[in-house]
Amino acid sequence: MKRKTFINNSGRLILMGGLVYLTGSIILKRKVSASGKYVWQIDPFKCTQCGRCATQCVRDLSAVKCVHAYQLCGYCDLCGGYFKPNTHKLNTGAESQLCPTGALKRKYVEEPFFEYTIDEKLCNACGKCVKGCGSFGNGSLHLQIRHNLCQNCNECSIARLCPSNAISRVPIEAAYQIKGDFKKPVITAPK
Amino acid sequence: MKWIKIILFLMPFMMAFSGLQAQQRFPKPEFHNNYVQPTPTTPEPRGVGMEFMDVLVLLVVLSLTSWFAIKKRSRNGILLLTVFSAIYFGFYRNGCICSIGSIQNVALAFADPKYVISLYALLFFLIPLIFSLFFGRVFCGAACPLGAIQDLFIYKPITIPAWLRKTLGFIPYLYLGLAVLYAATGTEFIICRYDPFIGIYRMNGPHLMIYLGIAFLLMGLFVARPYCRFFCPYGAILNVFSRFSRRHLSVYQTKCIQCKLCTTACPFEAIDFPDEDKSKPDNRSNTRKFILYLGLIPLMMVAGAWIGSKSDVFLSRAHPDVYLAELLVSHPELKSDSKNIDIQTFLASGKSLDTLVAEAQVIRDKFHTGSWILGAFLGLVIGLMAINQVIFRRKDEYQANKGTCVSCARCLDYCPV
Repeated sequence: MKRKTFINNSGRLILMGGLVYLTGSIILKRKVSASGKYVWQIDPFKCTQCGRCATQCVRDLSAVKCVHAYQLCGYCDLCGGYFKPNTHKLNTGAESQLCPTGALKRKYVEEPFFEYTIDEKLCNACGKCVKGCGSFGNGSLHLQIRHNLCQNCNECSIARLCPSNAISRVPIEAAYQIKGDFKKPVITAPK
Repeated sequence: MKWIKIILFLMPFMMAFSGLQAQQRFPKPEFHNNYVQPTPTTPEPRGVGMEFMDVLVLLVVLSLTSWFAIKKRSRNGILLLTVFSAIYFGFYRNGCICSIGSIQNVALAFADPKYVISLYALLFFLIPLIFSLFFGRVFCGAACPLGAIQDLFIYKPITIPAWLRKTLGFIPYLYLGLAVLYAATGTEFIICRYDPFIGIYRMNGPHLMIYLGIAFLLMGLFVARPYCRFFCPYGAILNVFSRFSRRHLSVYQTKCIQCKLCTTACPFEAIDFPDEDKSKPDNRSNTRKFILYLGLIPLMMVAGAWIGSKSDVFLSRAHPDVYLAELLVSHPELKSDSKNIDIQTFLASGKSLDTLVAEAQVIRDKFHTGSWILGAFLGLVIGLMAINQVIFRRKDEYQANKGTCVSCARCLDYCPV
């Protein structure tokens, strides 16, 4: 029985040493963030609206939603994000709307301005309005991961397939990258 | 109304003159009525403090499981903890982050100088391993949400022949090796992607994975804990660690009376039988066998490394950059395929094909190193599995196998002593 105990103890010691080495080498390279937590977010300046956010999220209805940076919006009557191209009647008829789910709402403010809001319950993150707004208008509509919906998967399944690598882990303090300006905000990327 | 259309019409020309100058195409209007501009909402993610609470809960559950399994000998206590883990780590925390998946975070942090691992992911990786060095696989017994849901689904477990069990027991090591390789090269986290139960816990997810989860649960009615025993990569590590554990759940308290009740109780065939052959094992021939197998290990490792180094090209195709580079080099005509989003985005990004190929080459080099290490590791595993067959001491009691026992404590209720 002595030999068995010896093998047992030395095996345990070796395995513990392995764990200490692994942890130590990770900690010594300063690659552990003690206070930090990372969440997934889309960089709107890299996003190319390929439409995969709508289909690749592990959730049935994607955790990505269209977000409206009102500060940038021109409140246009002829909104490139709201209307299909070559629409002549600028009304709220479904046939003239670009959004396939009717999530983008239009409200009259004053002549000739309209406010556009997003119904997140309906938005499926297809990015059609983002593309329309970006190619024609100010680009105030853009896609963002909504953290009340995001499961914060260990690896984001959209990020894996994002063709423009627009999705990355960001520190929890800068959980959103909402376009407030034309300049790309400086975000402290994970070291 | 009219002037805005004129502006819209003139827009492209104005843009052409202003070039790429960053400015709003349509300036924000000045409203005359008292319109209040809304601000975009930013719902907060779950706070950091909650993550450390998870670590705390994990510690408490593991300590209680160890106590129930070794001191209190209470199956009911462990059953309660199992239900708790399924509810807390599973349904409430939605199964993320779990210790099984944290293997990949640790592997990536070890290999990639840019990746920063969060402390709680590291703790989730370490704590169950440390516990297994002292008390056996108590993590599998009650704390693991994946194990918990399977444990609750055991109905009429059948006996699986030992040869099949041992052969299938190789899969977790293969899975572990591949998961570490893919994580360390920054390709993807396969454990998380093919986690069969997370969709059930979230009640939402890719349909195929939910069907797979249900299939595993249905299979689990008769083959107890199929994922834990034949797939789980973390279980493979715990299996090794638990063999050297300081203390471990023991079926009997005083002396085994050979009633065999524990073997009926254990759904995992994790109880070692006393050998029928009572004669003293022939240690001379066993030593010879042991040395032979020991000598075979380096050979197996070299053979594995050779096979591994030949499979790097195949394995590296899972990386999207390598895949794209290979596709563009072998099929240049696909550049005009407007439906291929990856190719079109790459072409629009203005990156040259040479840059992409160079990047892909760097990743493939990583795969080359990684896959021969993987091959050598698998050779080592096979060699050690063979060495395990050599018997030096006859067993004369029924006792839980320290490697495969998951500390579910079912046998303790059955044991009359």
